[in-house]
Amino acid sequence: MTPFDAVETDRRTFLTVSAAAGGLALTYDIAAASAQGQDGAKIGAYLTIAPNGQVTIVSKNPEIGQGVMTSLPMLIAEELDVEWKAVRVHQAGNNPTAYGRQFAGGSMATPLHWEELRRVGAAGRNMLLQAAAQQWNVPAAELSTEAGFVVHKASKKRASYGSLAAKAAALPAPTKEQVAALTLKDPKDYRIIGKFTPQVSSPQIVTGQPLFGIDTRLPGMVYATYEKAPVFGAKVAKADLDAAKTVKGVRDAFVLDGGTQLDGLLPGVAVVADTWWAANKARQKLNIQWAEHPTSAQSSAGFAAKAAEFAKGAPARSLRADGDVAGALKGAAKTVEAAYFYPFLAHATLEPQNCTAHFKDGKMEIWAPTQLPEPGQQLVSKTLGIAPENVIIHMTRSGGGFGRRLSNDYMVEAAAIAQKVGAPVKLVWTREDDMRHDFYRPAGFHHFKGGVDAAGNVVAWEDHFVSFGEGEGFARSANMSPTEFPARFVPNYKLGVSTMPLGVPTGPLRAPGSNAIAFVVQSFIDELAHAAGADPVAFRLKLLGDKAMVGDPPAAYAAGRMAGVLKLVAEKSGWGQPLPKGTGKGVAFHYSHLGYFAEVVQATVAADGAVKVDKVWVAADVGGHIINPAGAYNQVQGSVLDGLSEALHQEITIENGAVQQANFNDFPLLRMNEAPPIEVHFLKTDNPPTGLGEPALPPVVPALTNAIFAATGKRIRALPIRAEMLKA
Amino acid sequence: MPYSLNVNGKSQTVDVDEDTPLLWVLRDSLGIVGPKYGCGVGLCGACTVHVDGQPVRSCSLPVSAVGAGKITTIEGIAANPVGKKVQAAWVELDVAQCGYCQPGQIMSATALLAANPKPTDADIDAAMSGNLCRCATYTRIRNAIKQASGQPVTKEA
Repeated sequence: MTPFDAVETDRRTFLTVSAAAGGLALTYDIAAASAQGQDGAKIGAYLTIAPNGQVTIVSKNPEIGQGVMTSLPMLIAEELDVEWKAVRVHQAGNNPTAYGRQFAGGSMATPLHWEELRRVGAAGRNMLLQAAAQQWNVPAAELSTEAGFVVHKASKKRASYGSLAAKAAALPAPTKEQVAALTLKDPKDYRIIGKFTPQVSSPQIVTGQPLFGIDTRLPGMVYATYEKAPVFGAKVAKADLDAAKTVKGVRDAFVLDGGTQLDGLLPGVAVVADTWWAANKARQKLNIQWAEHPTSAQSSAGFAAKAAEFAKGAPARSLRADGDVAGALKGAAKTVEAAYFYPFLAHATLEPQNCTAHFKDGKMEIWAPTQLPEPGQQLVSKTLGIAPENVIIHMTRSGGGFGRRLSNDYMVEAAAIAQKVGAPVKLVWTREDDMRHDFYRPAGFHHFKGGVDAAGNVVAWEDHFVSFGEGEGFARSANMSPTEFPARFVPNYKLGVSTMPLGVPTGPLRAPGSNAIAFVVQSFIDELAHAAGADPVAFRLKLLGDKAMVGDPPAAYAAGRMAGVLKLVAEKSGWGQPLPKGTGKGVAFHYSHLGYFAEVVQATVAADGAVKVDKVWVAADVGGHIINPAGAYNQVQGSVLDGLSEALHQEITIENGAVQQANFNDFPLLRMNEAPPIEVHFLKTDNPPTGLGEPALPPVVPALTNAIFAATGKRIRALPIRAEMLKA
Repeated sequence: MPYSLNVNGKSQTVDVDEDTPLLWVLRDSLGIVGPKYGCGVGLCGACTVHVDGQPVRSCSLPVSAVGAGKITTIEGIAANPVGKKVQAAWVELDVAQCGYCQPGQIMSATALLAANPKPTDADIDAAMSGNLCRCATYTRIRNAIKQASGQPVTKEA
């Protein structure tokens, strides 16, 4: 099970699943490999302390821009009790034996490591205390630490960590129980956690040092392109390999048969050359003819027609049914019906998919920007028949992830090409390859019916969700949880689903599920508030009710925390203050990835329908601590703009089984001139800290469409927002 | 075909086809990988370098069109006092998330400040809107440009 399979099964059960899978236990193994190394004394899997006091801390997970290479080592450094400036960070390779599961996904790094990495630091500190106790022949209980020093107050003795490290590394490893029993710092004594800490890689980033997968260079390296069919999985019927080979610098061109697994090795044609430019030029001469494929008639228009047909009938199956929806609709003071749509989306990481591989002496060595190294290793092993221990993965920095690099298709392609070439090979996709061979956020259709009573309570809610899948199964990331809000908050609630088959690969995109569902749910709530003649904030507070917690773990919903951020964002945004004509404020909230977010957008719509986002306010409850405010505010701001980018610009369409968009001209990203000011407020509550890579995104989309309604009276029920929908 | 290029103050000779974009000459022939490939058609700005101080999209500039132009990449921009200030502001305000677009952003920002030492928000929009940031760090890019130009920066929290 990959982390995201778990996330998709039910995002809220993920924490439990992952802990049970052993991630927590393994990383307690801090003294697994103590030894004297060239950088100093290695204490366990995470720490090395040099005689001069420099501390090297291993960062276990892939860094994709979410900031874990800084925030996770901060946890260790805090409890180890050292100065942050004495710390340098070393990126781990794929080594689950030492570090437990290593992945970037689900905004899980913070909740999974908050406790355990502080304990890794505390265990390291404790070993240094033991070493000093031996050296001075005093009880360890009489010792304390002061930022890189062990101190014995009674005798005024003081020893640097650097001077004690070798001795500490020679001590027996603490047991799991001993580590669990250590006392952690009182948060009021934190000197690192909670401080604005620039990313450890910033100096390298701003000077253009080679950090990313695409920057990999090996002696004797050659370059490759790989062309696959526009229709996903179609086989190569014919290719003019000889013509490609005539291009100067080309070493080889060959067909890879591939298989049928959409996130595995698909059929295609590889060109290998001395330079990437030569390989790319030669590729134009391949004149590939693709075999007929069963999904080559699929289209976005076809999906929409089929969805409309489904909407006329009852859902194929029920996901949840509470109370009596039909009866409640009949008795409601006001009812509303509406059909919503959201499109397929690409990830469009700015660093296109790429991977470098070298096959030598039966071993496949890989340098990959990946969010999931271990499943990549397994995929390569299985596809190419190489034992897993002979597939070695180096995790490079990723130029963005957003869920794209949870699939390792580009990794197995590079490895398959390298297996045929007697040299290190760097495969680099073009932007067009990347746009047309993604694992898309699935499109979806929702057909709502809702009812409110005379007092403004939501009494009935029905959603016929038309999605993709076959039989009882959903296409990847195309499912919806039966506990999704407002299930459990509305007495008469029905969620049913009908699915249609899909030949387009789908997968998680930042805040999977939520990035679409928040739009439809929070828009329809707005429609019900309008029907009830209620204020959108007051209506939502009423819907949330006055219980702190609704439902049972692991799918419990902390309604009180959500009401807290909703009230805060209303206050900070000046909700209710009069606005000029053509300008409106919209509100929305959403819970995902263990985070509670409420957001307000102020937008102005011009007579020609052009939308300008004036400002966004965010209120977030992600627990009692913001580990690194530098990364936290950046993630929230970026997520908000990412959501606006999706809402205002982005759509992937399918025609003849293939994606029609190719580059940033037809799949635009938000640009600097469209980026509004964003005000972020963290509401600190007595809860363990949770992740920030994703949960700020979902609410901004409906907050924007609700703002547009407030400004114009026009309801956006299909994304992306287009000016022609809003012309006066 | 051999071309003589002046990159970051150093003369280098490469033997490549005349239509090879400068980006790939820098990255693959010279090992200067700071300029990034993002779109290949001048839409994203990740490949931005300076030729005689002017920002250009190296992915769309054939090597044969560079001539005697002095090329500066992110690796050499610290030699320019403005560039150095921009880099320092980027680190201090922790602009980057993934960091992939930032070399291009810094090259565009440096060219902006060299021409216009106190840019307004509108000036910043005009100069920087050709550089995409997929992580959308635009708020901090704007702040870092202001900081590098000695203008007050709006606090985040």
